[in-house]
Amino acid sequence: MSNTPENLKYTKEHEWVLDNGDGSLTVGITDHAQEALGDLVFVELPEVGRRVDTAEACAVVESVKAASDIYSPVRGEVLEANTALSDTPETINEDPYGAGWIFKLRLSDASQLDDLLDATGYEALVAEEA
Amino acid sequence: MPFIPHTAEDLAAMLAVIGVERIDDLFDEIPLDLRASTLPSMPPPLSEMEIGRLMQQRSREDGQPLCFIGAGAYEHHIPAAVWQIASRGELYSAYTPYQAEASQGTLQLLYEFQSMMTALTALDVSNASLYDGASALAEAVLMAVRCNRKCKSPRILVPRALHPAYRRTLHTIVRQQGIELVEVPFDRRGGHTTIEQLEELATREFAALVINQPNFFGILEEVDALTDWAHRHNALVIGVVNPVALALLSPPGHWGETGADIGCGDAQPLGMPLSSGGPYAGFLCCKQALVRQLPGRIAGRTLDVDGKPGFTLTLQAREQHIRRSKATSNICTNQGLLVTVATIHMALLGAEGLERVAGACHANTASLGTMLCEIPGIEPLFERPVFHEKALHLPAPTADILRSLAAHNVLAGFDVGLEYPELDPALLVCATEMRTQEDMATFTQKLARVVTTRTQARCPVKPKI
Repeated sequence: MSNTPENLKYTKEHEWVLDNGDGSLTVGITDHAQEALGDLVFVELPEVGRRVDTAEACAVVESVKAASDIYSPVRGEVLEANTALSDTPETINEDPYGAGWIFKLRLSDASQLDDLLDATGYEALVAEEA
Repeated sequence: MPFIPHTAEDLAAMLAVIGVERIDDLFDEIPLDLRASTLPSMPPPLSEMEIGRLMQQRSREDGQPLCFIGAGAYEHHIPAAVWQIASRGELYSAYTPYQAEASQGTLQLLYEFQSMMTALTALDVSNASLYDGASALAEAVLMAVRCNRKCKSPRILVPRALHPAYRRTLHTIVRQQGIELVEVPFDRRGGHTTIEQLEELATREFAALVINQPNFFGILEEVDALTDWAHRHNALVIGVVNPVALALLSPPGHWGETGADIGCGDAQPLGMPLSSGGPYAGFLCCKQALVRQLPGRIAGRTLDVDGKPGFTLTLQAREQHIRRSKATSNICTNQGLLVTVATIHMALLGAEGLERVAGACHANTASLGTMLCEIPGIEPLFERPVFHEKALHLPAPTADILRSLAAHNVLAGFDVGLEYPELDPALLVCATEMRTQEDMATFTQKLARVVTTRTQARCPVKPKI
Protein backbone atom coordinates (compact mmCIF):
# COMPACT_ATOMS: atom_id res chain seq x y z
CA MET A 1 0.00 0.00 0.00
CA SER A 2 1.44 3.35 -0.96
CA ASN A 3 1.96 6.15 1.44
CA THR A 4 -0.52 9.08 1.61
CA PRO A 5 0.48 11.73 4.21
CA GLU A 6 -2.45 13.33 6.07
CA ASN A 7 -0.99 16.87 5.98
CA LEU A 8 -1.15 17.15 2.19
CA LYS A 9 -3.90 17.87 -0.31
CA TYR A 10 -4.26 15.85 -3.52
CA THR A 11 -5.57 16.16 -7.07
CA LYS A 12 -7.37 13.57 -9.16
CA GLU A 13 -4.33 13.65 -11.44
CA HIS A 14 -2.11 12.25 -8.67
CA GLU A 15 -0.28 15.41 -7.64
CA TRP A 16 0.21 16.27 -3.99
CA VAL A 17 0.02 19.85 -2.73
CA LEU A 18 1.61 21.25 0.42
CA ASP A 19 0.28 24.58 1.71
CA ASN A 20 3.38 26.39 2.96
CA GLY A 21 1.18 28.85 4.85
CA ASP A 22 2.81 31.91 3.23
CA GLY A 23 0.64 32.02 0.12
CA SER A 24 2.85 29.49 -1.63
CA LEU A 25 2.32 25.81 -2.42
CA THR A 26 4.74 22.98 -3.11
CA VAL A 27 3.68 20.42 -5.72
CA GLY A 28 4.90 16.91 -6.48
CA ILE A 29 3.55 13.55 -7.57
CA THR A 30 2.21 10.98 -5.12
CA ASP A 31 3.89 7.81 -4.00
CA HIS A 32 1.18 5.91 -5.87
CA ALA A 33 1.95 7.86 -9.08
CA GLN A 34 5.71 7.29 -8.92
CA GLU A 35 5.12 3.60 -8.32
CA ALA A 36 2.76 3.34 -11.28
CA LEU A 37 5.16 5.21 -13.59
CA GLY A 38 8.21 3.19 -12.65
CA ASP A 39 11.82 4.41 -12.75
CA LEU A 40 11.82 8.06 -13.74
CA VAL A 41 14.48 9.10 -16.23
CA PHE A 42 13.58 12.69 -17.05
CA VAL A 43 11.69 15.65 -15.66
CA GLU A 44 10.74 18.71 -17.68
CA LEU A 45 10.29 21.58 -15.25
CA PRO A 46 8.10 24.66 -15.65
CA GLU A 47 9.65 28.08 -16.30
CA VAL A 48 9.86 30.25 -13.20
CA GLY A 49 7.48 33.19 -13.53
CA ARG A 50 5.03 31.31 -15.74
CA ARG A 51 1.36 31.86 -14.94
CA VAL A 52 -0.60 28.65 -14.92
CA ASP A 53 -4.28 27.86 -14.78
CA THR A 54 -5.95 25.13 -12.75
CA ALA A 55 -5.37 21.75 -14.44
CA GLU A 56 -2.95 23.26 -16.96
CA ALA A 57 -0.14 20.90 -18.01
CA CYS A 58 3.07 22.58 -16.85
CA ALA A 59 5.66 19.83 -16.32
CA VAL A 60 6.39 16.36 -17.66
CA VAL A 61 7.79 13.30 -15.96
CA GLU A 62 9.11 10.52 -18.10
CA SER A 63 9.82 6.97 -17.06
CA VAL A 64 11.29 4.12 -19.03
CA LYS A 65 7.79 3.11 -20.07
CA ALA A 66 5.66 6.26 -20.11
CA ALA A 67 5.57 10.02 -20.20
CA SER A 68 3.07 11.86 -18.08
CA ASP A 69 2.00 15.48 -17.77
CA ILE A 70 1.97 17.20 -14.39
CA TYR A 71 -0.96 19.58 -14.00
CA SER A 72 -1.09 22.67 -11.90
CA PRO A 73 -3.46 21.99 -8.98
CA VAL A 74 -4.63 25.64 -8.81
CA ARG A 75 -4.27 28.94 -10.64
CA GLY A 76 -1.06 30.77 -9.82
CA GLU A 77 2.48 31.68 -10.73
CA VAL A 78 5.49 29.37 -10.71
CA LEU A 79 7.88 30.56 -7.99
CA GLU A 80 10.55 27.92 -8.13
CA ALA A 81 11.32 24.66 -9.91
CA ASN A 82 13.34 21.82 -8.36
CA THR A 83 16.29 22.02 -10.75
CA ALA A 84 18.12 19.26 -8.86
CA LEU A 85 15.69 16.83 -10.52
CA SER A 86 17.20 17.50 -13.94
CA ASP A 87 20.26 15.47 -12.98
CA THR A 88 18.61 13.07 -10.57
CA PRO A 89 15.00 12.43 -11.61
CA GLU A 90 15.10 9.21 -9.56
CA THR A 91 14.78 11.38 -6.44
CA ILE A 92 11.04 11.42 -7.19
CA ASN A 93 10.97 7.61 -6.89
CA GLU A 94 13.03 7.66 -3.71
CA ASP A 95 11.42 10.55 -1.86
CA PRO A 96 8.22 11.69 -3.64
CA TYR A 97 6.97 13.86 -0.77
CA GLY A 98 10.33 15.37 0.19
CA ALA A 99 13.38 16.00 -2.00
CA GLY A 100 11.29 14.88 -4.99
CA TRP A 101 9.06 17.98 -4.99
CA ILE A 102 8.68 19.39 -8.52
CA PHE A 103 7.70 23.06 -8.33
CA LYS A 104 6.38 25.82 -6.06
CA LEU A 105 3.45 28.04 -6.90
CA ARG A 106 2.17 31.37 -5.63
CA LEU A 107 -1.51 30.79 -5.01
CA SER A 108 -3.88 33.35 -6.56
CA ASP A 109 -7.04 32.35 -4.73
CA ALA A 110 -6.82 30.48 -1.41
CA SER A 111 -10.37 29.16 -1.76
CA GLN A 112 -9.16 26.94 -4.59
CA LEU A 113 -7.50 24.72 -2.01
CA ASP A 114 -10.95 23.61 -0.88
CA ASP A 115 -11.47 21.92 -4.25
CA LEU A 116 -8.58 19.54 -3.65
CA LEU A 117 -8.89 16.07 -2.13
CA ASP A 118 -7.72 15.18 1.37
CA ALA A 119 -5.75 12.01 2.09
CA THR A 120 -8.89 9.93 2.64
CA GLY A 121 -10.47 11.23 -0.56
CA TYR A 122 -7.32 10.49 -2.55
CA GLU A 123 -6.98 6.97 -1.15
CA ALA A 124 -10.59 6.32 -2.10
CA LEU A 125 -9.82 7.53 -5.62
CA VAL A 126 -6.81 5.25 -5.91
CA ALA A 127 -8.85 2.31 -4.61
CA GLU A 128 -11.54 3.08 -7.18
CA GLU A 129 -9.05 3.20 -10.05
CA ALA A 130 -7.38 -0.05 -9.04
CA MET B 1 -4.83 -10.88 -59.36
CA PRO B 2 -6.08 -9.04 -56.29
CA PHE B 3 -3.61 -9.03 -53.39
CA ILE B 4 -6.36 -9.72 -50.86
CA PRO B 5 -6.49 -13.26 -49.55
CA HIS B 6 -10.13 -13.16 -48.39
CA THR B 7 -12.73 -15.14 -50.32
CA ALA B 8 -16.27 -13.88 -50.91
CA GLU B 9 -17.38 -16.25 -48.11
CA ASP B 10 -14.78 -14.78 -45.73
CA LEU B 11 -16.02 -11.27 -46.49
CA ALA B 12 -19.68 -12.24 -46.03
CA ALA B 13 -18.86 -13.88 -42.70
CA MET B 14 -16.95 -10.80 -41.47
CA LEU B 15 -19.68 -8.39 -42.59
CA ALA B 16 -22.29 -10.54 -40.84
CA VAL B 17 -20.34 -10.34 -37.57
CA ILE B 18 -20.22 -6.55 -37.61
CA GLY B 19 -23.78 -6.26 -38.92
CA VAL B 20 -23.07 -4.49 -42.19
CA GLU B 21 -24.39 -5.57 -45.56
CA ARG B 22 -21.78 -4.28 -47.95
CA ILE B 23 -18.20 -3.00 -47.52
CA ASP B 24 -19.28 0.30 -49.06
CA ASP B 25 -21.59 0.86 -46.10
CA LEU B 26 -18.49 1.29 -43.94
CA PHE B 27 -17.66 4.44 -45.89
CA ASP B 28 -21.10 6.05 -45.75
CA GLU B 29 -19.72 8.91 -43.62
CA ILE B 30 -17.91 10.19 -46.70
CA PRO B 31 -20.28 12.23 -48.90
CA LEU B 32 -20.94 10.58 -52.27
CA ASP B 33 -19.58 13.50 -54.29
CA LEU B 34 -16.19 13.18 -52.58
CA ARG B 35 -15.74 9.51 -53.44
CA ALA B 36 -13.70 8.45 -56.41
CA SER B 37 -15.55 5.48 -57.83
CA THR B 38 -13.30 5.09 -60.85
CA LEU B 39 -9.95 6.60 -61.75
CA PRO B 40 -10.43 7.78 -65.35
CA SER B 41 -6.85 9.07 -65.72
CA MET B 42 -5.43 5.63 -65.02
CA PRO B 43 -4.55 3.67 -68.16
CA PRO B 44 -5.62 0.02 -68.36
CA PRO B 45 -3.39 -2.50 -66.56
CA LEU B 46 -0.32 -3.92 -68.31
CA SER B 47 1.30 -7.32 -67.99
CA GLU B 48 4.82 -7.67 -66.60
CA MET B 49 6.13 -8.17 -70.13
CA GLU B 50 4.39 -5.04 -71.41
CA ILE B 51 5.62 -2.97 -68.45
CA GLY B 52 9.17 -4.17 -69.11
CA ARG B 53 8.94 -2.98 -72.71
CA LEU B 54 7.46 0.38 -71.71
CA MET B 55 10.13 1.06 -69.10
CA GLN B 56 12.99 0.16 -71.43
CA GLN B 57 11.57 2.51 -74.03
CA ARG B 58 11.29 5.32 -71.49
CA SER B 59 14.82 4.85 -70.20
CA ARG B 60 16.07 5.15 -73.78
CA GLU B 61 14.16 8.44 -74.08
CA ASP B 62 15.88 9.69 -70.92
CA GLY B 63 19.25 8.98 -72.48
CA GLN B 64 22.45 9.45 -70.51
CA PRO B 65 23.06 13.17 -70.67
CA LEU B 66 26.09 14.93 -69.27
CA CYS B 67 24.72 16.46 -66.08
CA PHE B 68 25.79 19.83 -64.67
CA ILE B 69 22.67 20.32 -62.53
CA GLY B 70 22.99 20.31 -58.77
CA ALA B 71 20.41 22.50 -57.01
CA GLY B 72 19.85 20.14 -54.09
CA ALA B 73 20.54 16.70 -55.60
CA TYR B 74 24.01 15.72 -56.75
CA GLU B 75 25.41 13.09 -59.09
CA HIS B 76 28.26 11.47 -57.15
CA HIS B 77 30.13 8.27 -57.79
CA ILE B 78 28.55 5.39 -55.88
CA PRO B 79 30.92 2.44 -55.39
CA ALA B 80 29.32 -0.73 -56.82
CA ALA B 81 29.73 -2.40 -53.43
CA VAL B 82 27.27 0.03 -51.82
CA TRP B 83 24.10 -1.30 -53.43
CA GLN B 84 25.52 -4.82 -53.68
CA ILE B 85 25.75 -4.93 -49.88
CA ALA B 86 22.52 -3.02 -49.32
CA SER B 87 20.65 -5.56 -51.47
CA ARG B 88 21.46 -8.41 -49.07
CA GLY B 89 18.33 -9.96 -47.61
CA GLU B 90 19.23 -8.91 -44.05
CA LEU B 91 19.44 -5.25 -45.01
CA TYR B 92 17.07 -4.82 -47.94
CA SER B 93 14.10 -3.27 -46.17
CA ALA B 94 12.61 0.21 -46.05
CA TYR B 95 11.45 -0.24 -42.47
CA THR B 96 12.69 -0.01 -38.95
CA PRO B 97 11.46 -3.33 -37.62
CA TYR B 98 8.52 -3.12 -35.23
CA GLN B 99 10.14 -5.59 -32.84
CA ALA B 100 13.22 -3.48 -33.10
CA GLU B 101 15.41 -5.21 -30.53
CA ALA B 102 14.98 -8.54 -32.31
CA SER B 103 16.92 -7.01 -35.23
CA GLN B 104 20.26 -6.19 -33.63
CA GLY B 105 21.95 -5.82 -37.02
CA THR B 106 19.54 -3.11 -38.17
CA LEU B 107 19.84 -1.27 -34.87
CA GLN B 108 23.62 -1.44 -35.00
CA LEU B 109 23.53 -0.03 -38.52
CA LEU B 110 21.30 2.87 -37.40
CA TYR B 111 23.64 3.46 -34.49
CA GLU B 112 26.60 3.58 -36.88
CA PHE B 113 24.70 6.00 -39.15
CA GLN B 114 23.95 8.27 -36.20
CA SER B 115 27.57 8.12 -35.06
CA MET B 116 28.77 9.09 -38.53
CA MET B 117 26.29 11.98 -38.76
CA THR B 118 27.30 13.33 -35.36
CA ALA B 119 30.95 13.09 -36.45
CA LEU B 120 30.17 15.01 -39.66
CA THR B 121 28.03 17.71 -38.01
CA ALA B 122 30.03 17.91 -34.73
CA LEU B 123 26.72 17.80 -32.86
CA ASP B 124 26.01 15.48 -29.92
CA VAL B 125 23.10 13.39 -31.14
CA SER B 126 21.46 12.28 -34.38
CA ASN B 127 18.19 10.54 -35.07
CA ALA B 128 17.90 7.52 -37.36
CA SER B 129 16.89 9.79 -40.31
CA LEU B 130 13.76 11.43 -41.69
CA TYR B 131 12.14 11.43 -45.13
CA ASP B 132 14.28 14.06 -46.82
CA GLY B 133 16.25 17.24 -46.21
CA ALA B 134 13.27 19.57 -46.58
CA SER B 135 11.06 17.74 -44.06
CA ALA B 136 14.08 17.44 -41.74
CA LEU B 137 14.30 21.24 -41.80
CA ALA B 138 10.59 21.52 -41.00
CA GLU B 139 11.08 19.18 -38.02
CA ALA B 140 14.10 21.25 -36.97
CA VAL B 141 11.96 24.40 -36.99
CA LEU B 142 9.19 22.75 -34.95
CA MET B 143 11.87 21.52 -32.56
CA ALA B 144 13.36 25.00 -32.22
CA VAL B 145 9.98 26.49 -31.36
CA ARG B 146 9.43 23.81 -28.69
CA CYS B 147 12.94 24.22 -27.28
CA ASN B 148 13.22 27.98 -27.18
CA ARG B 149 10.96 28.52 -24.21
CA LYS B 150 12.44 31.94 -23.54
CA CYS B 151 10.94 33.13 -26.81
CA LYS B 152 7.19 33.66 -26.75
CA SER B 153 6.92 34.35 -30.45
CA PRO B 154 7.17 31.42 -32.86
CA ARG B 155 8.95 33.48 -35.50
CA ILE B 156 11.69 31.93 -37.64
CA LEU B 157 14.14 33.81 -39.86
CA VAL B 158 14.58 31.93 -43.14
CA PRO B 159 17.04 33.13 -45.80
CA ARG B 160 15.74 33.67 -49.30
CA ALA B 161 19.00 32.02 -50.38
CA LEU B 162 17.75 28.74 -48.87
CA HIS B 163 16.66 26.09 -51.42
CA PRO B 164 13.22 27.15 -52.77
CA ALA B 165 11.82 23.62 -52.43
CA TYR B 166 12.90 23.57 -48.77
CA ARG B 167 11.18 26.91 -48.20
CA ARG B 168 7.97 25.62 -49.77
CA THR B 169 8.02 22.37 -47.79
CA LEU B 170 8.71 24.30 -44.60
CA HIS B 171 5.77 26.58 -45.30
CA THR B 172 3.45 23.63 -45.98
CA ILE B 173 4.41 21.81 -42.79
CA VAL B 174 4.54 24.65 -40.26
CA ARG B 175 2.01 27.23 -41.48
CA GLN B 176 -0.91 25.54 -39.70
CA GLN B 177 0.99 25.61 -36.42
CA GLY B 178 1.00 29.36 -35.99
CA ILE B 179 4.67 29.68 -36.89
CA GLU B 180 5.67 32.80 -38.78
CA LEU B 181 8.39 32.39 -41.41
CA VAL B 182 10.24 35.62 -42.11
CA GLU B 183 12.23 35.79 -45.33
CA VAL B 184 15.75 37.22 -45.05
CA PRO B 185 16.93 38.78 -48.33
CA PHE B 186 20.39 37.95 -49.67
CA ASP B 187 23.11 40.41 -50.53
CA ARG B 188 22.85 41.12 -54.25
CA ARG B 189 26.63 41.36 -54.70
CA GLY B 190 27.86 38.59 -52.43
CA GLY B 191 24.88 36.22 -52.75
CA HIS B 192 24.99 35.67 -48.98
CA THR B 193 22.97 36.57 -45.89
CA THR B 194 24.32 39.59 -44.02
CA ILE B 195 24.06 40.77 -40.43
CA GLU B 196 22.81 44.18 -41.68
CA GLN B 197 19.83 42.54 -43.36
CA LEU B 198 19.16 40.41 -40.30
CA GLU B 199 19.30 43.43 -37.97
CA GLU B 200 16.37 44.97 -39.83
CA LEU B 201 14.27 41.89 -39.09
CA ALA B 202 15.36 41.52 -35.48
CA THR B 203 13.23 44.38 -34.19
CA ARG B 204 10.85 41.68 -32.92
CA GLU B 205 11.94 38.55 -31.09
CA PHE B 206 12.38 35.32 -33.03
CA ALA B 207 12.88 31.70 -32.01
CA ALA B 208 15.50 30.60 -34.52
CA LEU B 209 17.64 31.55 -37.49
CA VAL B 210 18.10 29.10 -40.36
CA ILE B 211 21.59 29.13 -41.90
CA ASN B 212 22.15 27.30 -45.17
CA GLN B 213 25.78 26.25 -45.74
CA PRO B 214 26.48 26.33 -48.64
CA ASN B 215 23.34 28.22 -49.66
CA PHE B 216 21.23 27.53 -52.75
CA PHE B 217 23.64 29.54 -54.93
CA GLY B 218 26.56 27.43 -53.70
CA ILE B 219 27.80 30.44 -51.71
CA LEU B 220 29.57 29.99 -48.39
CA GLU B 221 27.80 31.95 -45.68
CA GLU B 222 29.61 33.66 -42.79
CA VAL B 223 28.35 30.99 -40.43
CA ASP B 224 30.37 32.03 -37.37
CA ALA B 225 29.15 35.62 -37.40
CA LEU B 226 25.56 34.59 -38.17
CA THR B 227 25.53 31.98 -35.38
CA ASP B 228 26.90 34.37 -32.76
CA TRP B 229 24.47 37.07 -33.89
CA ALA B 230 21.46 34.74 -33.48
CA HIS B 231 22.66 33.52 -30.09
CA ARG B 232 23.07 37.12 -28.92
CA HIS B 233 19.37 37.54 -29.77
CA ASN B 234 18.50 34.45 -27.65
CA ALA B 235 17.53 32.53 -30.75
CA LEU B 236 18.52 29.00 -31.72
CA VAL B 237 20.55 28.29 -34.85
CA ILE B 238 19.48 25.65 -37.38
CA GLY B 239 22.19 24.72 -39.87
CA VAL B 240 21.02 23.26 -43.19
CA VAL B 241 24.09 21.54 -44.57
CA ASN B 242 25.35 19.33 -47.38
CA PRO B 243 26.94 16.21 -45.80
CA VAL B 244 29.69 16.01 -48.44
CA ALA B 245 30.61 19.67 -47.92
CA LEU B 246 31.00 18.92 -44.19
CA ALA B 247 34.07 16.85 -44.99
CA LEU B 248 35.81 20.15 -45.77
CA LEU B 249 33.80 22.94 -44.18
CA SER B 250 33.46 23.83 -40.52
CA PRO B 251 30.62 21.63 -39.15
CA PRO B 252 27.52 23.22 -37.52
CA GLY B 253 28.65 22.14 -34.05
CA HIS B 254 31.71 24.38 -34.41
CA TRP B 255 30.00 27.48 -35.80
CA GLY B 256 30.64 30.63 -33.78
CA GLU B 257 31.43 30.54 -30.10
CA THR B 258 29.02 27.82 -29.03
CA GLY B 259 28.00 26.09 -32.28
CA ALA B 260 24.66 25.72 -34.07
CA ASP B 261 21.97 24.05 -31.97
CA ILE B 262 20.43 21.88 -34.67
CA GLY B 263 21.89 20.57 -37.93
CA CYS B 264 19.91 18.98 -40.75
CA GLY B 265 20.04 18.27 -44.44
CA ASP B 266 19.62 15.69 -47.16
CA ALA B 267 21.72 12.53 -47.18
CA GLN B 268 21.25 12.05 -50.95
CA PRO B 269 24.92 12.83 -51.78
CA LEU B 270 25.89 9.81 -49.63
CA GLY B 271 25.30 6.96 -52.06
CA MET B 272 21.79 7.70 -53.34
CA PRO B 273 21.30 7.93 -57.12
CA LEU B 274 19.42 10.97 -58.47
CA SER B 275 16.44 8.71 -59.38
CA SER B 276 14.35 11.57 -60.79
CA GLY B 277 14.20 13.23 -57.38
CA GLY B 278 13.84 10.51 -54.79
CA PRO B 279 13.48 8.75 -52.51
CA TYR B 280 16.29 10.33 -50.50
CA ALA B 281 16.82 10.54 -46.74
CA GLY B 282 16.94 13.47 -44.34
CA PHE B 283 19.19 13.73 -41.31
CA LEU B 284 18.63 15.69 -38.11
CA CYS B 285 21.21 16.22 -35.37
CA CYS B 286 21.26 18.45 -32.30
CA LYS B 287 22.98 19.34 -29.07
CA GLN B 288 22.51 16.98 -26.13
CA ALA B 289 20.38 19.54 -24.27
CA LEU B 290 17.70 19.40 -27.00
CA VAL B 291 17.53 15.63 -27.39
CA ARG B 292 14.11 15.31 -25.70
CA GLN B 293 12.67 17.44 -28.48
CA LEU B 294 14.39 15.53 -31.28
CA PRO B 295 11.74 13.68 -33.32
CA GLY B 296 12.07 10.25 -34.88
CA ARG B 297 13.76 7.04 -33.92
CA ILE B 298 17.05 6.98 -32.03
CA ALA B 299 19.12 3.81 -31.74
CA GLY B 300 21.26 3.55 -28.63
CA ARG B 301 24.01 1.25 -27.41
CA THR B 302 23.52 -0.40 -24.04
CA LEU B 303 24.31 -3.48 -21.95
CA ASP B 304 21.93 -6.39 -21.51
CA VAL B 305 21.23 -8.17 -18.19
CA ASP B 306 24.36 -10.27 -18.63
CA GLY B 307 26.52 -7.18 -19.24
CA LYS B 308 26.86 -7.86 -22.96
CA PRO B 309 26.70 -4.89 -25.36
CA GLY B 310 23.59 -4.57 -27.47
CA PHE B 311 21.49 -2.01 -29.32
CA THR B 312 18.06 -0.66 -28.54
CA LEU B 313 15.66 2.07 -29.60
CA THR B 314 16.01 4.71 -26.94
CA LEU B 315 14.23 7.79 -25.55
CA GLN B 316 10.98 6.38 -26.90
CA ALA B 317 8.87 8.44 -24.53
CA ARG B 318 9.27 11.25 -27.12
CA GLU B 319 7.44 9.15 -29.65
CA GLN B 320 3.88 8.72 -30.75
CA HIS B 321 3.27 5.20 -29.47
CA ILE B 322 3.95 6.42 -25.93
CA ARG B 323 3.22 10.12 -25.85
CA ARG B 324 0.28 10.07 -28.27
CA SER B 325 -0.83 13.56 -29.33
CA LYS B 326 1.98 15.19 -27.34
CA ALA B 327 4.74 13.33 -29.16
CA THR B 328 7.56 15.45 -30.56
CA SER B 329 6.36 14.59 -34.04
CA ASN B 330 4.16 12.17 -35.91
CA ILE B 331 7.36 10.91 -37.51
CA CYS B 332 7.83 7.43 -36.12
CA THR B 333 9.82 5.84 -38.87
CA ASN B 334 13.01 6.48 -40.83
CA GLN B 335 14.31 5.95 -44.34
CA GLY B 336 15.64 2.51 -43.51
CA LEU B 337 17.03 1.39 -46.86
CA LEU B 338 18.59 4.73 -47.78
CA VAL B 339 20.18 5.07 -44.36
CA THR B 340 21.64 1.62 -44.92
CA VAL B 341 23.05 2.85 -48.21
CA ALA B 342 24.41 6.09 -46.69
CA THR B 343 26.09 4.16 -43.88
CA ILE B 344 27.75 1.66 -46.23
CA HIS B 345 28.76 4.50 -48.57
CA MET B 346 30.40 6.47 -45.76
CA ALA B 347 32.06 3.35 -44.37
CA LEU B 348 33.55 2.52 -47.79
CA LEU B 349 34.75 6.06 -48.47
CA GLY B 350 35.94 6.77 -44.97
CA ALA B 351 36.60 10.27 -43.70
CA GLU B 352 39.53 10.68 -46.08
CA GLY B 353 37.58 9.46 -49.12
CA LEU B 354 34.70 11.80 -48.38
CA GLU B 355 37.13 14.69 -48.01
CA ARG B 356 38.68 13.83 -51.38
CA VAL B 357 35.23 13.75 -53.01
CA ALA B 358 34.43 17.17 -51.53
CA GLY B 359 37.79 18.55 -52.66
CA ALA B 360 37.34 17.22 -56.20
CA CYS B 361 33.83 18.72 -56.43
CA HIS B 362 35.09 22.10 -55.30
CA ALA B 363 38.07 22.02 -57.68
CA ASN B 364 35.95 20.91 -60.65
CA THR B 365 33.34 23.59 -60.08
CA ALA B 366 36.02 26.27 -59.69
CA SER B 367 37.62 25.08 -62.94
CA LEU B 368 34.25 24.96 -64.75
CA GLY B 369 33.37 28.45 -63.53
CA THR B 370 36.62 29.86 -64.88
CA MET B 371 36.14 28.13 -68.24
CA LEU B 372 32.52 29.28 -68.65
CA CYS B 373 33.26 32.86 -67.62
CA GLU B 374 35.67 33.17 -70.53
CA ILE B 375 32.63 33.06 -72.83
CA PRO B 376 31.67 36.68 -73.68
CA GLY B 377 28.55 37.74 -71.79
CA ILE B 378 28.87 35.08 -69.07
CA GLU B 379 30.00 36.28 -65.67
CA PRO B 380 29.67 35.21 -62.04
CA LEU B 381 26.40 36.34 -60.49
CA PHE B 382 27.98 36.75 -57.05
CA GLU B 383 31.40 37.60 -55.67
CA ARG B 384 31.69 35.34 -52.66
CA PRO B 385 33.40 31.92 -52.63
CA VAL B 386 31.43 28.76 -53.36
CA PHE B 387 31.58 25.06 -52.49
CA HIS B 388 30.52 23.06 -55.56
CA GLU B 389 27.95 25.18 -57.36
CA LYS B 390 28.25 28.48 -59.15
CA ALA B 391 25.58 30.94 -60.29
CA LEU B 392 26.31 32.61 -63.63
CA HIS B 393 24.73 35.55 -65.41
CA LEU B 394 23.75 34.67 -69.00
CA PRO B 395 23.61 36.96 -72.05
CA ALA B 396 20.51 35.23 -73.49
CA PRO B 397 17.26 33.70 -72.14
CA THR B 398 18.09 30.70 -69.94
CA ALA B 399 15.33 28.46 -71.30
CA ASP B 400 16.63 28.86 -74.87
CA ILE B 401 20.18 28.01 -73.84
CA LEU B 402 19.07 24.99 -71.81
CA ARG B 403 16.97 23.71 -74.71
CA SER B 404 19.83 24.06 -77.20
CA LEU B 405 22.30 22.29 -74.92
CA ALA B 406 19.81 19.53 -74.09
CA ALA B 407 19.65 18.86 -77.82
CA HIS B 408 23.42 18.28 -77.54
CA ASN B 409 22.84 15.86 -74.65
CA VAL B 410 24.10 18.31 -72.01
CA LEU B 411 22.04 19.27 -68.96
CA ALA B 412 23.58 22.70 -68.53
CA GLY B 413 22.31 23.62 -65.08
CA PHE B 414 19.37 24.95 -63.11
CA ASP B 415 17.39 27.92 -64.45
CA VAL B 416 17.77 30.34 -61.52
CA GLY B 417 15.17 32.77 -62.93
CA LEU B 418 12.40 30.21 -62.37
CA GLU B 419 12.77 30.71 -58.62
CA TYR B 420 14.48 34.12 -58.50
CA PRO B 421 12.99 36.29 -61.28
CA GLU B 422 15.14 39.22 -60.09
CA LEU B 423 18.28 37.31 -61.18
CA ASP B 424 17.05 36.24 -64.62
CA PRO B 425 18.72 35.24 -66.96
CA ALA B 426 20.98 33.10 -64.78
CA LEU B 427 22.22 29.54 -64.56
CA LEU B 428 23.33 27.49 -61.53
CA VAL B 429 26.00 24.96 -62.53
CA CYS B 430 27.61 22.13 -60.59
CA ALA B 431 30.53 19.87 -61.44
CA THR B 432 30.94 16.96 -59.03
CA GLU B 433 33.90 14.56 -58.96
CA MET B 434 32.11 12.70 -61.79
CA ARG B 435 32.85 15.44 -64.35
CA THR B 436 36.17 15.15 -66.16
CA GLN B 437 38.15 18.00 -67.73
CA GLU B 438 36.93 16.66 -71.08
CA ASP B 439 33.27 16.85 -69.95
CA MET B 440 33.77 20.44 -68.86
CA ALA B 441 35.54 21.34 -72.11
CA THR B 442 32.65 19.83 -74.10
CA PHE B 443 30.16 21.83 -72.06
CA THR B 444 32.14 25.07 -72.45
CA GLN B 445 32.54 24.61 -76.18
CA LYS B 446 28.85 23.86 -76.77
CA LEU B 447 27.71 26.67 -74.49
CA ALA B 448 30.06 29.12 -76.25
CA ARG B 449 28.57 28.16 -79.61
CA VAL B 450 24.98 28.52 -78.40
CA VAL B 451 25.67 31.87 -76.71
CA THR B 452 27.43 33.25 -79.80
CA THR B 453 24.56 32.23 -82.07
CA ARG B 454 21.98 33.67 -79.69
CA THR B 455 23.70 36.99 -79.12
CA GLN B 456 24.64 37.57 -82.76
CA ALA B 457 21.18 36.66 -84.01
CA ARG B 458 19.73 39.58 -82.08
CA CYS B 459 18.65 42.25 -84.61
CA PRO B 460 20.59 45.47 -83.98
CA VAL B 461 17.97 47.68 -85.70
CA LYS B 462 14.65 48.25 -84.00
CA PRO B 463 11.73 47.34 -86.29
CA LYS B 464 9.62 50.32 -87.37
CA ILE B 465 6.03 49.81 -86.32
